[in-house]
Parts: sequence; C-alpha cells; structure tokens
Amino acid sequence: MDHAAGHVEIPYTVSPRPDTGLYNGKLGIWLFLASEVMLFGALFSSLILIRTGSPSWPHGWEELHVVPATINTFVLIMSSVTVVLAWANLRLGNFKLGRIFIGVTLLCGLVFMGIKAYEYSLSFAHGHYPSTSDFFAIYFTMTGLHGLHVLGGMIVFAYFLGPGSKMWHTDRARFTNRIEIVGLYWHFVDLVWIFLFPTLYLL
Amino acid sequence: MAQKRQIRIGDQYLYARDAEKALREALRVAEAEEREHAAHQEPWIRRYVFSTDHKWIGIQYGVTALSFLLFGFCLMILMRLQLGWPGQAFSVMKVLGENRAPGGVLLPEAYNQLGAMHGTIMVFLAIVPLAVGAFGNYLVPLQIGAPDMAFPKLNMASYWCYLPGGLIMLSSFALKDGTAASGWTSYPPLSDIATRGQTFWLVGMIFLITSSLLGSVNFIVTIVQLRAKGMNFMRLPFFVWAQFVTSFLLLLAFPPLEAAAVLQLMDRVAHTSFFLPSGLVVSGTPLTVAGGGNPLLWQHLFWFLAHPEVYVLILPAMGIVAEVIANNTRKPLWGYRSMVSATIFLGFMSFVVWAHHMFLTGMGTIISSFFQTTTMIISIPSVIILSALFLSLWGGSIRFTTPMMFALAFLPMFGIGGLTGLPLGLAATDIHLHDTYYVIGHFHYVVAPGTIFAMFAGIYYWFPKITGRKLNDFWGRVHFWGSFVCINGIFFPMFIQGLAGISRRLYDGGMQYAHAREVASQTNPFMSMSAIGLLIFQIPFIVNFFWNAFQAMRGKVTVGSNPWEATTLDWAATSSPPLRHGNFEVMPIVRRGPYEYNSPEATNADYLPQNAVVEQPAPVLAPPTAPVVA
Amino acid sequence: MTDQTITPDIAPTDAMPVPQSEAEDEHTHAGVHDANLHHSPEEIRREMRVYLTVFAGLAVLTGATVAARFLLHLPLRQAMALAIAIACMKGFLVAGFFMHLLTEKKVIYGVLILTGIFFALLLWLPVHDVLDKFGHY
Repeated sequence: MDHAAGHVEIPYTVSPRPDTGLYNGKLGIWLFLASEVMLFGALFSSLILIRTGSPSWPHGWEELHVVPATINTFVLIMSSVTVVLAWANLRLGNFKLGRIFIGVTLLCGLVFMGIKAYEYSLSFAHGHYPSTSDFFAIYFTMTGLHGLHVLGGMIVFAYFLGPGSKMWHTDRARFTNRIEIVGLYWHFVDLVWIFLFPTLYLL
Repeated sequence: MAQKRQIRIGDQYLYARDAEKALREALRVAEAEEREHAAHQEPWIRRYVFSTDHKWIGIQYGVTALSFLLFGFCLMILMRLQLGWPGQAFSVMKVLGENRAPGGVLLPEAYNQLGAMHGTIMVFLAIVPLAVGAFGNYLVPLQIGAPDMAFPKLNMASYWCYLPGGLIMLSSFALKDGTAASGWTSYPPLSDIATRGQTFWLVGMIFLITSSLLGSVNFIVTIVQLRAKGMNFMRLPFFVWAQFVTSFLLLLAFPPLEAAAVLQLMDRVAHTSFFLPSGLVVSGTPLTVAGGGNPLLWQHLFWFLAHPEVYVLILPAMGIVAEVIANNTRKPLWGYRSMVSATIFLGFMSFVVWAHHMFLTGMGTIISSFFQTTTMIISIPSVIILSALFLSLWGGSIRFTTPMMFALAFLPMFGIGGLTGLPLGLAATDIHLHDTYYVIGHFHYVVAPGTIFAMFAGIYYWFPKITGRKLNDFWGRVHFWGSFVCINGIFFPMFIQGLAGISRRLYDGGMQYAHAREVASQTNPFMSMSAIGLLIFQIPFIVNFFWNAFQAMRGKVTVGSNPWEATTLDWAATSSPPLRHGNFEVMPIVRRGPYEYNSPEATNADYLPQNAVVEQPAPVLAPPTAPVVA
Repeated sequence: MTDQTITPDIAPTDAMPVPQSEAEDEHTHAGVHDANLHHSPEEIRREMRVYLTVFAGLAVLTGATVAARFLLHLPLRQAMALAIAIACMKGFLVAGFFMHLLTEKKVIYGVLILTGIFFALLLWLPVHDVLDKFGHY
C-alpha cells in the first residue's frame, strides 16, 4: 500500500494484525505519545523541582492573563470535539462533513495561536521576558513548546485538508485511519494544556 | 436494509459491492505493475540518498557511524599524545590549528574540547547509531521475516536527522572559540556560561534525539506488527529481543534529555536560569541573571537518559554476541528464556538506577540507599545473560572464526567492565573512586573491548550477508589479536591510576599532583603507545573492509546466502538482498525456535533453519516412545 | 466529490444515503478492518452523542476549575489538590472517550502503564532528592 516504499507492501498498514488488533499507525502514534509523556513529564518535574526549591513563587493569575487563557482552554476543547466528529463522519462515509470538521479544527488551532500570541504580547508589554524570573522562564518554555506542538498539528491538518485529502478517493479506510491518528495526537496536545492551564495560571 | 444493485461486467452480473471489489483489485494490480516499472527507473537520489529501504538505510547508518567512530578515535589519539608526554610538541597536533595547538603543543582549553567531543561522538554518533541504526535496521526486518520496516519514510527521516545532527556538532570545530568543552555530560553551570560551541552541541543533540525517537518507534512497531507467520515472541532471535528492549529505552529515556537540552538552550539563548543558582560569580563578576535555578536538575534529567543509554550501548552488543556464539558453537543458546526475561528486567531496572552517578552531590541517606539497592539489583540480570553466554560454550564444537574470536573476547572484557562497576554503585566506595580514572577504565571496558568488539564480531559475521563476500580471515585475526592486546594496554592501567586517586579530565594526566606523579609517569606513556598500536591494528580492518566491499560492488561474489550455516531468517534471504524488492522471494513461515543447531530432527546437516520444512518420517508401526516435537 | 478510480455509478459517493454495514465492506478492499470501523452507523451516531456530552462535561469542569480558584479562596495546598483533581478528571474524559482508550487494545495499555511508571518516577525521585538535601522535607 505504501507508495513511498516502491513496490514493497508493508502488511497491516490499514487493516489490523489479528493477534494485536492494531494497525501499524495506531501503535506507532501511541508509542510516540508515550515519549511525549516523558518529554512533558520532564518539564513538569522541572517545574515542581524549581518551585519547591524557590523561597517564593508568584501568583499565576496576577502575573498572567486568565481570561484569554480560559477562552483558549475552551477553544482547544472545542477543537478536540471537532476532530473526533470529523473522524466519526469519515467512518460514516460522509466526506464533506468530515472535511468541514477538519477545517474547523484547523481554525480552532489558529484561534488558539492567535490568542496565545496576544497573551505573549501582553506579557512583553509588561516587561516580562523568559529571563525575568524562574516563573516566566517556566511559563514561556512550557507554553512555547506546547505552542510548537499545536503548530505541528495544524500543519498536519492543513495537509489533510489540502493535498492529503486525495487519499480519500483511492483508499478511504487509510485516510480515515490517518485522521484518527492525527486526532489522537491532537487530543494529547489538548491534554497537556488541561494540565498546563491550572498549574501555570491558577496555582 | 442494504441496497443491492446489480451491475453487468463483461458477461457477468455482479452485486455492486462485488463489482467494486473486483474493479479495485484490478486497479491495484495495475498500479503495482506500474510502480514496479517505475521503480526500475527510479532516480539515483531516491535509491541511494533518500532511500526508504531498511537495508540501504542500515548501510548508510553503518558507514556514517564507522566514520564517526574513527574520527572520535583520532581525537582520543591526540589526547593520549598529550597525556603520555605532557606539554611536548607534536607535528600532528598542528591539524587543530594555531589557536588550539600553537607550535604543536595542545592548549588546556583544546584538551577539554577534545574530551567533550570524544565522549559525545563515541556515544551518540558512533556506537548507538552503529548498534541500533546499522545492525538493527539491516537485521531486524530480515530476522523477523518482514518485507521492510513498518514506516519506511520515517526510517529515512531518522537517518536524515542523525546526519545533520552529527554535522552540526562537528561544525563547531570551525568556530573560533571552539567546540563544547564541558565533557559529554555538559554539567551546568559551566556549560551554561560556556562558549558558542555548547549551543551547537545542544542543537545537535536535539536532532540526534529526534532521530533515535523516530527509529525506536519504528523498531517497536516493526517487531510487534510485522513478524512473519509462526514467528511468535519466544521464537525471536535474541538479537531481536535485545533491539526490542533497547528501543523502549530510547523511546522513554531520551525525551527527558530533550527537555533538559531545551532548558539549557533557553538558559544560553533566552538567558533564563533553570540551572543557574543565585549569587553565581564568574571571574570575579557576579552573573546578571535571575538565578534561583538548580544545577542538579540537569544532572537528574541527564542521567535519567544516560543510565539507560548505557544499556542501549550494551544490549545490542549482547544480541550480536549471542547470535555469533550460537552459530559457532553449533548448539542452542543455554537458557534462551532466562536471557530474554533478564533482558526485559534489565531494561526496566535501568530506569531506576540513574542517581548512582550523583552520590557525590550531597545526596541524603534515603535516596542514596534506594539507588544503591536498585544498582545492586540490576547487576543480577547482567550476570544472568553473561553466565548464559559462558554456559553456551560448554560442550560445543567451537569454530574459531574471526567473528567468534571477537565474540569470545567480549565475554571476559564485559565481565571486567561489569564487575568493576559494583564498587561504583555503592556510595562508600564511590566517594573514593568517583571521577577518577577508575570510572573511565570501568565504562571503557564495557564499551570499547565490550561493545565495540561485539560490533566487530557483527561486522565480520554479517559482511557476507550484506556483500556476498567473506572478509579475509588472516587479516581478521591480525586485527583481532592486535586490538585485543593494545586495548587492554590502554584501559587496564586506568584502574591502577584510579585507585591511586588520579582524577579524570586532567590536562597533564596528573603530573602536577604529588600523590599522582609517580603512578602517572609510569603508566601514561605505555597507555599512549598502546593507543597508537591500536590505531595501527585498525588498518588491516579498514583495508580488508573496503577492498572486499569494492570487490563485491564489481560483482565478485564468493559465498552463497548462508555461508556460516546459520538458522535465523536473515540467512534465508538471498545474499546481498536487492534493494526495494522486499526481502524474501516467498514470505517465510517460521516453524521452530531460532537456534536449532545439532537438532535431532535435522537429517542431512547439523542445523535446522527456522523456516525449513522437515519431511515427515515414514510411519512406523511401533508407537513413538517420546512425543513428536511439533 | 465523485470517486475517480471507478465509475461513479457504482462508487459509494458522499451523496449516497449512507448504505451502512454493507458500505463498510465496500470501501474496505483490504479485507479486515480496524474494529472501530466495524461499528454500525447507529453505534457511530451514539458515539457522536457521547462526544458532545463529554464536551459539555469538559466545559463545565473548565469553568469549575477557574471558579474554584476565585470563589473558594482555599489555602494553597487544598487549591492545588482540587485543581489537579479536576485536571485529572478532564484528562480522564479526553483520554477515555476522545482518544477512546476505554475500548483500546491490550498492547496499548501495556505501553501506557510502562510509561506511567517511569513518568511517576521521573516526577517523584528528583524532587525527593532535592528536598532531602535542603532538609525541609
């Protein structure tokens, strides 16, 4: 099936292997997410370690901007719903609606990044930079890395909205699987934000 | 419920769904043919540069990693010249340039750069890519009977993250203020305030980590999903098991270092102070940073990777040695199941021992007891594996081929390396030995005459598979004996130096310290001469390797597909399997375990390949006394 | 949106009134499919309703976590416990339903349990070590 691999056919690209019940991509993305858990785990570990070691720690809600961040949380949750709806519609064979939902997800990602940029600009305007304090160092590093993940997801969605969508006409099941996989990644990015939001802004 | 419409195709009436199926199948066949045709005119760049074939990527990894290995070795030669004869001018030193070695005398700063780059190159650019990227890539799909890796494009991306990462790191040699110089461990705060070379090091590391992340996902999915029919987990060759556990270590241990690299990069570029405590004074001036960071955070994150990394270095080596030993003793491995369980346990435990590298950071008793305990526990599975390999020799009719010589040397060498590690795992003895040459001797015994010898065993063993030619046996033996003697000449005296209290990373090898001067002056010149000897004894290997590779390229193939009479599936594929054609003419079906040497079932040879079909013996009248093994 | 590989007449186009369970097979020329694809359209529609319910739950919990911070005025430790508890609930909803972990295969559970153990160690041991050193544990 894999056109890139010349005419080598890799088994279980689309259909699941009977004994594991998984197709290759699904196992692959979960392994990747496992490594992402360790990546963000190390950053959370750093946050806890630096915070417990420091004599005082600022209140997140006084230094940062809770209102735009709360809106962003809603935006990200919304995008999580739209991506599962896209997948469900593709499974129903409804390509048009599936595409619309992929588009909405991409739009949500865009809104999230826009609000994030606005928040950053507010911080900069107050003279808050990564070098200002450990709190801001952690804040900019973690949200920055999270933002890069959002950006990565958006690029993939844009691809599936554009050139990548051709696959629907040649190999539907595989295209649907691809949306499932990018969806899993996108939910993980949402999940990270669910933990970042209270730890940085509310505690 | 369902709509069933009939369609006429030719003279047949079919239901819509059947017709569609038939059409799609026809289309698929046509496309496959078209692709086959296209593949023959595939551009050179897709075939040899951005290849997606696991065998070619394995070769790319192998050649690149061997080049880095030689480069890292040459850096070591320069360091050893300085250590053996401190402060003397050497004309070869002039390659480093006038700002590092004016008049051929190495400067202390340049010595630090060589040390940091030697460690980094050897671990991250040479041995791991050789063990995992080269051997793993080439052999794992062959040994499990798969047509390729599960994600061929990802595999290509993995190599193309590795090479730029390595080149970025090396390019820092061109900087005016030189490369990273804070050791391969890059401890802050020194690394935070070091020159630009450190930034190159960090960016290079991020590329390398990405590369091994992509690789490890690929390996795990390949091994879980693409095993041939009948290849259940307990029939996997031990090498595949070793690669499987190694991939999990890479997958889960590397990301914390990536996080740490990002934090250090932030410290250096955005002037944060994750690793910079308050009140730091550099050259008499207080640092103008926010402070409040913690240098120990780096050590925790670094060793969270770097201890599992040790097992990433050693497990594939054990896998190769197991294959070579089983093949050359002509008998099954002793205790295959215990070796597999030990490997899994080893992999798991390797995540819980990291802070034994940090006993000297003022660690409290609770944590240090915890890590001493886990460290003692982890020695058990290593001993199980090594004992099983030793016991495998018992009663075998050993063929002393060149790969077997290297594999046999691995056993005692790794034994020395492992046993000398025990005193380092206990805080009381570690306080004396920490950061002395004893530590250097310990881990070099594990990695150099241990892992690198296993890599040589693997190269001599699988070279005929890759090229269709055996490497010359006489020059192989010269290479082996020369390397074996010289490498012990370098590393054994390190234990003596370390016990005498000589610290590592000293520019003059300890000559300016009263307690060290005598031992240092007695051992260092000898060690340096051994190092030069080691360099000389690599020449037969290099010539042997390239001569035979070029002969093979000219089509002069001298051996068949299974010259060592081995049982695993890699030998069932044709010799020098063609690129981008899948691996097997017929997908193999696995019928038995990996090491059926001298099997009573085999009638006309002393080995039974995993996929061989055994003719059923003619029915006998008397019932068999023992149940027939399926 | 017509399918170009085969004649539109027999192609299951988007405009077609979702011929299900049969249609599943129609576009799965590769044979067996992911268990998820074997769900009937009824089940998928029911799943979609579940997704929307989960979305509502997530929205409520997000509101709750912000409200708890500004209305309850809890001491720091309790506020932390509450916020993290709510975040864990949200995480469970996302992972369990959106990432459909609740109905996932054993291999994936294995990978995640392993990761969870190392994640916990990574979070706990360094902090424990540093607190041990500073003596105010």
